[in-house]
Amino acid sequence: MTPDPELARKLLHEMVRIRRFEEKSAELYSAGKIRGFLHLYIGEEAVATGVMQALQPEDAVFATYREHGHALARGLSAGAIMAEMYGKVEGCSRGRGGSMHLFDAAAKFYGGNAIVGGGLPLTVGYALAQKMQQRIGLAACFFGEGAIAEGEFHESMNLASLWNVPALFLCENNLYAMGTALERSEADTNLVEKAASYRIAGKSVDGMDVLAVLEAAQQAAQFVRAGNGPYFLEFRTYRFRAHSMFDPELYRSKAEVERWKQRCPIAGFSARAISEEWLTPETITAIEAEVAREIAQAVEFAEAGTWEPVEMLTRNVYTARVQPE
Amino acid sequence: MNTVTAPAITTTYREALRMALREALQRDPRVFLMGEDVGRYGGTYAVSKGLLEEFGEERIRDTPLSESAFVGAGIGAALNGMLPIVEVMTCNFSLLALDQILNNAATLRHMSGGQFNIPLVIRMATGAGRQLAAQHSHSFEGWYAHIPGIRVVTPATLEDARGMLWTALMDPDPVIMFENALLYNLEGELAADAGAVDIDHAVVRRAGSDLTLVTYGGSLPKTLQAAERLAAQNINAEVIDLRTLRPLDMTTVLDSLAKTHRMVIIDEGWKSGSLAAEIMARVMEQAFYELDAPIERVCSAEVPIPYARHLEQAAIPQVETILAAALRMVK
Ligand SMILES: Cc1ncc(C[n+]2csc(CCOP(=O)(O)OP(=O)(O)O)c2C)c(N)n1
Ligand SMILES: [Mg+2]
Repeated sequence: MTPDPELARKLLHEMVRIRRFEEKSAELYSAGKIRGFLHLYIGEEAVATGVMQALQPEDAVFATYREHGHALARGLSAGAIMAEMYGKVEGCSRGRGGSMHLFDAAAKFYGGNAIVGGGLPLTVGYALAQKMQQRIGLAACFFGEGAIAEGEFHESMNLASLWNVPALFLCENNLYAMGTALERSEADTNLVEKAASYRIAGKSVDGMDVLAVLEAAQQAAQFVRAGNGPYFLEFRTYRFRAHSMFDPELYRSKAEVERWKQRCPIAGFSARAISEEWLTPETITAIEAEVAREIAQAVEFAEAGTWEPVEMLTRNVYTARVQPE
Repeated sequence: MNTVTAPAITTTYREALRMALREALQRDPRVFLMGEDVGRYGGTYAVSKGLLEEFGEERIRDTPLSESAFVGAGIGAALNGMLPIVEVMTCNFSLLALDQILNNAATLRHMSGGQFNIPLVIRMATGAGRQLAAQHSHSFEGWYAHIPGIRVVTPATLEDARGMLWTALMDPDPVIMFENALLYNLEGELAADAGAVDIDHAVVRRAGSDLTLVTYGGSLPKTLQAAERLAAQNINAEVIDLRTLRPLDMTTVLDSLAKTHRMVIIDEGWKSGSLAAEIMARVMEQAFYELDAPIERVCSAEVPIPYARHLEQAAIPQVETILAAALRMVK
């Protein structure tokens, strides 16, 4: 796939935006501004960026607790996400969710799920409802390869296939589930074949190459939109940082991490974009400046945000009933 | 208070748990530990750190993300001569294994007319306070204590962290051990020869005569702090650590009530249908006329635990709220 300059700029801009946002988040975590768990997406930016480019506004997105990148690429504002991680009421989940529970109804962004595999059955049901109501728009679900060991993955694959629902399953295979390497958790590490065993079509893709991700996601989305049923994509990727902020990383070698860093999706794409003359070095500098501005504004927005009054504590546990006249 | 005979060591709740695991693994070849990231990763809360190197992969068994299957496998192994210790990372994820715990572990003995027993220990972290929001912060001790056929223990001191595991393993029936995640860093003195402790009785952690504060697990340190603050106002609170939530040792609770005639129950579970409600009900049934005032409860608010710190703190029991309830009662 050869992108036009506009697309190339867009892809790079989005990946840089995610990278810098995550770096800033790590910094703010150390400063105590963000608390709880913080799972960074650094190294995996090409996946969310490429996939979101292939999705439409009418599609729904379900994600995991490592979802800042997905939320950003889906169009949630950096400010609303940052404010959420500050716990401010201006956050995209009004400060109730934090880093692991970003939501935005308008963007059809259904979170932010911190139970591994928790989004898979929801996706099947959402897609089923799309089909039953004859609506256009598919349901896309991101999950880590660790989720594949859960019963919910297998039960969901079977249902999705049996009911032939418009669901796109997006497995981010970064080789580890916390400290557990894929080959130490799966008797058969061929993930596409697992989907195939439920008669779900699928493909394995280089998740460090944003163009490969985009192309595969476009084809898969087309397949699903055409009513062919669900599709499974495995993205081979790697997280450059620790699982969360408290991970001593005893389970992998520094050399392995370094090897993967050589395949950085942003550095790789930038270099290629220049050599193929899709982008100029000036454009790349401009992107960095633009992103830096956006992130500085996001932090300002979060800092200026307000704390929800404690009296509101039990709000939104139930839906307010409309009082009869 | 225990009289410390052997020289004391300074240690933490986490290390005390590790000592207990190590002892169990050394003492009985049937014991093994399994769960997510107990080995290579070193344990999510570093409880099992170093045990893989010491005991090897057979006995420190990393499992895939398959809570239902590996908890169920623990039940199966217990059925067949082993003494498994299954670690579920947090009680929030134990809901994926609830079917195995309730429909198998808790029932097999009874359904088989007493032919089988399940000598299994399931350990899980519990509790709020770390801004982990609504899928990582709940306290299900009271829920599990609802189930006949399992025993529920809640170590809240170094002695209990050190001593409950072995006793639980020797119990022929399944035991669930809740470790409040805020206790892992608790530091203190522990007798160098500390070992197994009884898991049948509640314990008076602080003697007093004006009112009884009943609690367990992560709320114990807060309750003791509140008792100290009450003492500064010349109010003498007795603090009871339930230790085992099922079966409940009501004798210790009622003995205290007979002395103080006033009771506040502190429980990090949601108030409705809580363990605190059960204790209240039993007091009504068994000692109604001992009460000089209605019992009060300090529980979690009826809300999934929110992320924002001020809201999370407002949702769970605090020294201040315990203190306020106690003062209302003695006024
Ligand atoms: C049901 C459940 N079990 C355990 C956990 C704890 N946990 C959180 S993330 C994680 C690893 C998941 O790995 P993977 O699915 O590969 O996603 P990644 O973190 O690599 O993106 C574990 C074990 C959880 N959140 N939910
Ligand atoms: Mg992974």
